[in-house]
Amino acid sequence: MFNTALTLADLGFLLQGALMTLAVTAVSVTAGTVLGIIFGVVRNQVGPYRAAPLTFVLDIFRSVPLLIQLVLANAFQAIAKLGWAPFTTSCVVLSLYTAAYCTEIVRGGISSVPPTTRRAARSLGMTWWQDMRYIVAPLATRVSLPSWIGLTLGVMKDSALVLWLGLIELLRASQVLVTRLQEPLLILLICGAIYFLISFPIARLGGYLEKRWSND
Amino acid sequence: MIEIQNVRKSFGSLEVLKGIDLTVNKGEVVTVIGGSGSGKSTLLTCINGLEPIDSGRIVVDGTEVHAKSTDLNKLRAKVGIVFQQWNAFPHLTVLENVMLAPRKVLGLSKEKAEEIAVKQLTHVGLGEKLGVYPTRMSGGQQQRMAIARALAMSPEYMLFDEVTSALDPQLVGEVLDTLRMLASEGMTMICVTHEMKFAREVSDRVAFFHKGVMAEIAPPEALFGAPKDPELQKFLAATH
Repeated sequence: MFNTALTLADLGFLLQGALMTLAVTAVSVTAGTVLGIIFGVVRNQVGPYRAAPLTFVLDIFRSVPLLIQLVLANAFQAIAKLGWAPFTTSCVVLSLYTAAYCTEIVRGGISSVPPTTRRAARSLGMTWWQDMRYIVAPLATRVSLPSWIGLTLGVMKDSALVLWLGLIELLRASQVLVTRLQEPLLILLICGAIYFLISFPIARLGGYLEKRWSND
Repeated sequence: MIEIQNVRKSFGSLEVLKGIDLTVNKGEVVTVIGGSGSGKSTLLTCINGLEPIDSGRIVVDGTEVHAKSTDLNKLRAKVGIVFQQWNAFPHLTVLENVMLAPRKVLGLSKEKAEEIAVKQLTHVGLGEKLGVYPTRMSGGQQQRMAIARALAMSPEYMLFDEVTSALDPQLVGEVLDTLRMLASEGMTMICVTHEMKFAREVSDRVAFFHKGVMAEIAPPEALFGAPKDPELQKFLAATH
């Protein structure tokens, strides 16, 4: 069973795929989180009626399967002659997808800060911005962190779908090797292990921050 | 000087302030008593500009609170308010709670802000609790921290909105003692309270609110000793 045709070069190929997964995830989660914070604050600030158009658009990104979004976006960018590389298209779609979920997480975090606490901050002469920066942001972050970690891990795994645009990320790299070597169990085991190695530090970082912020 | 002139305020169809006139002079302690829903708490949040008013004017040291040109954040640094719920910032230590606004609003250095915060916290008897998180303290201690937090802004006026109402009975005393201390130091204060004994002791004048109207205002001896308003007579009979 330990006779395998898998070479070091093949392992390098898998790691290259893993790097692509990491790159797509890093760009999308970063951009999606920034957008999600902006959208979440806006939704909280302007109230449900005036935020309705934004909510509607974000609902689309949350409801339509990611695969369909990727394929449609790729088709649209071709029709519109934008000339985006598959990597760009993948990151744009995944960022908006992340932003749609992150908006809800941020909104929930902000609503979790009691209005009376915010009123106390304002009553001390703090501006809206100072209240957001020094009171709301730290408290909302603590509440939102577990959901945000979950979202990040989810996006990391969902990013496998960008293989449909021709990007060779971790899952696609594994498929290529499986097809060539006909050793699906071993290769998928390694693939799964790499996904775990990427996820584990992120999950632990979340645990560490939660502990640090627990005021003990 | 705080001048309140014919202030009216409604929440929807409910008029909670029906033309209030009240002038509070520098160094004066005015307590406001009355049943719930009489509008007394609303008046405090209006003085601080946290609530808009429908008509009339509130003027603090010549600055009209609800004028468009008024910098409310500047005004609030001058008019401190403490609420029934102490509203500690739970992610900050006691010291950081008190230091935050002096640093960010007044722009003081860290050292200066810390010096003021330590002084005010010691003043209210929390000098030993500087590094503690507020959730680890009793309600009475948290409320005293909230008072120190407001005092750290060096306000010229302090508004107290039923600051002992949410406390366990055995913790009320320590907070009232803090208020007595401030009153004896000459702080200008408006206190909304249900503590009649306290009102009688510290007040220069006591105002009785009933259904959005200031039904009677007089020095405590007169107001408690010989109440004229029939509603006030009923109120005092019920609370004694």
